[in-house]
Amino acid sequence: MTEAHGGYYVPHGSHWPLVGSVGLTTLVVGFAMHLNGSDMGLSTMFAGVAIVLIMMFGWFGTVIRESEAHMYNDQVDKSFRWGMGWFIFSEVMFFAAFFGALFYARILSVPWLGGEDASTHALLWQGYSAAWPTNGPAGMGGTFETVGAWGIPAINTLILLSSGVTVTFAHWALKKNNRGPLVGWLFATVALGFLFIGLQAYEYGHAYSDLNLTLESGVYGSTFYMLTGFHGMHVTIGAIMLAIIMLRSIRGHFSPDRHFAFEAVAWYWHFVDVVWLGLFIFVYWL
Amino acid sequence: MTTATAHEAHDDHGPARGLSRWLFTTNHKDIGTLYLLFALLMFFVGGSMAMAIRAELFEPGLQFVNPMFFNSLTTMHALVMIFGAVMPAFVGLANWLIPMMIGAPDMALPRMNNWSFWILPFAFTLLLSTFFMEGGAPAGGWTIYPPLVLQTGDAFPFLIFAIHLMGISSIMGAINVVVTILNMRAPGMTMMKMPLFVWTWLITAYLLIAVMPVLAGAVTMLLTDKFFGTSFFTAAGGGDPVMFQHIFWFFGHPEVYIMILPAFGIVSQIIPTFARKPLFGYSSMVYATASIAFLSFIVWAHHMFTVGMPLAGELFFMYATMLIAVPTGVKVFNWVSTMWRGSMTFETPMLFALGFVVMFTIGGFSGLMLAIAPVDFQYHDTYFVVAHFHYVLVTGAVFAIMAGAYYWLPKWTGNMYNETLGKWHFWLSTISVNVLFFPQHFLGLAGMPRRIPDYSIQFAEFNMISSLGGFAFGLSQLLFVYIVFSTIRGGARATDEVWDNPEGLEWTLSSPPPYHSFTTAPEVK
Repeated sequence: MTEAHGGYYVPHGSHWPLVGSVGLTTLVVGFAMHLNGSDMGLSTMFAGVAIVLIMMFGWFGTVIRESEAHMYNDQVDKSFRWGMGWFIFSEVMFFAAFFGALFYARILSVPWLGGEDASTHALLWQGYSAAWPTNGPAGMGGTFETVGAWGIPAINTLILLSSGVTVTFAHWALKKNNRGPLVGWLFATVALGFLFIGLQAYEYGHAYSDLNLTLESGVYGSTFYMLTGFHGMHVTIGAIMLAIIMLRSIRGHFSPDRHFAFEAVAWYWHFVDVVWLGLFIFVYWL
Repeated sequence: MTTATAHEAHDDHGPARGLSRWLFTTNHKDIGTLYLLFALLMFFVGGSMAMAIRAELFEPGLQFVNPMFFNSLTTMHALVMIFGAVMPAFVGLANWLIPMMIGAPDMALPRMNNWSFWILPFAFTLLLSTFFMEGGAPAGGWTIYPPLVLQTGDAFPFLIFAIHLMGISSIMGAINVVVTILNMRAPGMTMMKMPLFVWTWLITAYLLIAVMPVLAGAVTMLLTDKFFGTSFFTAAGGGDPVMFQHIFWFFGHPEVYIMILPAFGIVSQIIPTFARKPLFGYSSMVYATASIAFLSFIVWAHHMFTVGMPLAGELFFMYATMLIAVPTGVKVFNWVSTMWRGSMTFETPMLFALGFVVMFTIGGFSGLMLAIAPVDFQYHDTYFVVAHFHYVLVTGAVFAIMAGAYYWLPKWTGNMYNETLGKWHFWLSTISVNVLFFPQHFLGLAGMPRRIPDYSIQFAEFNMISSLGGFAFGLSQLLFVYIVFSTIRGGARATDEVWDNPEGLEWTLSSPPPYHSFTTAPEVK
């Protein structure tokens, strides 16, 4: 510990955080302007996205160079691990808010609207009988059908679960320093990830055009699309991160005992996997 | 600060020169200073809104502002004070102190530390700019309940995104604190040897990581309800506006402990020093803090007793809330026992800490009254609630921050503050803050509703007294600014220990401490 303390790498000034702040602010100001009906909104927003991307290239690039130059000792490595772990926990809590909304609607508010709460039913929504799925007493968005669990969602479950296995194979290969299988299994994982995203996109198209299941379809449509949408976004981010890890592996980065970035991305990938299982059970199946 | 620069000039790890030092810094002390100065600025921005509110309420009738703008003032006052003043002040203290207290060279993730801070000025520029937008600043209360908040004008998406940015900043700051404490302690600094400020911040950081994402989710649902046709909070689509309140307060109740646990930590550092006795019941303090944090997750609906809930819910949340009085009582008794038969002196930090113990306890007791569900039906949304949370947040959190500032300012700057002026600041603040908030208890019990710019004539006297107290409290804080800046600029030299034999590694460093706190870890016995 004492030795590690002496060698703990404290970087000197960095301009990337400030670039990130400018980028994030431009992004959200643009989005807000767009939502308020301004013509400049979208272009401002994309400028913000571009700045954020530049920041990520610059910042992560710096960290990768420092890492490859062996500037990080074990204690720094541990900091990164704790940091990633608690970041994933914060993501879990973000999804918890939307799962909470789903459970609250299904277990409490929809039954109340349907007559369990006598006054709400009698005074506001006479004649509404509670059911799930529902688009509410006003039938928001018109009649819709739901996506069945045992079609694409079940296939997607298999895809994500297998991708969890392939990324583990890649990890084993890395630990044995078998670079060929490492890249191969990573490629398989990335491919499965994008296959998942493709099938989700296809399913969204199907739901919108054939089933009339839209974001406007009452509380069912809201919870369905927000949960699966944010999950899809996280899968996309995870797949991109995996692709970067694959490129880095091809370049010869990572060693059998030092490969925090690989593990962080693998944890993240398992996290989106677990969230998907929750989605499959509570959104599609039950 | 200038002396620190000179002291470290031979060291190429010293600070950069000019503005780039502050913009690009990865140093925990520089970032701590930025946080604290930002919090001070926001304290005055939010404070000036409070002055306008008290001016309007000085007499019945409408005098200075129109009702809509009054509502914007109450909303923005709360958002600025919570997210701009109190929370950043605590993060600033954490940045300055945690590495010094645990014997670390810096925070664990220094670049992310910079980002946590430098998001805030942008977020608050967004938030404050809403005053100049079509439809005015958000006026639906800081709790942003739908459907009211959905009527906000152009400010609405800016409000949502400002909250997102603050959340990102808080989560990154909290992760940094957790990682620093878990991974950067000097050899021998076991968990149960950590100073209580470090302990309370560790637990606070967990609360932040757990609930800020929930707030992000809640405001995202508001955004999609307004712009993308979702029905989370619309009964017509099967949603429920009350659901927002549940999600919001699942964040909101831990949030109020986020604003008080570090205050407990500060007070637990200060009282032993000036009582010249070790803290009474150290481990019970740790367990009490953890219990309070745990309970904070299962009491949220006590903010919603009147909105409609099954009886079992009312009872559960009532009893769970009252349970919090037990660990909080443990803390208060421990502080008192620490002082028992101590050889006490009453320098400014100790005065503020004692003020905290007495007045926070008043706020705690009014909280107990509010926890009783049938009684809350009477008190809900009255000035009694306003009095309650200002006792815990102003004489609680803010007084603890002031206590901490006086306690560590000599360490940070190497200069002693002016003790006479400090005592003046304490007494002016303490008297005026009670004139300001104590009458509001009676106003609330008599039925005066909060967040209304006008009131019935029978409330006139107490409101006038309260406003006078408010102006006096506001003016007294200018004295604090003067004391802080004159201490930064000069004053009597502070010794390394500053106080009479204080506990803690930070006092083993020079005053001001070197730019990097512990380049080699100290041995902790």
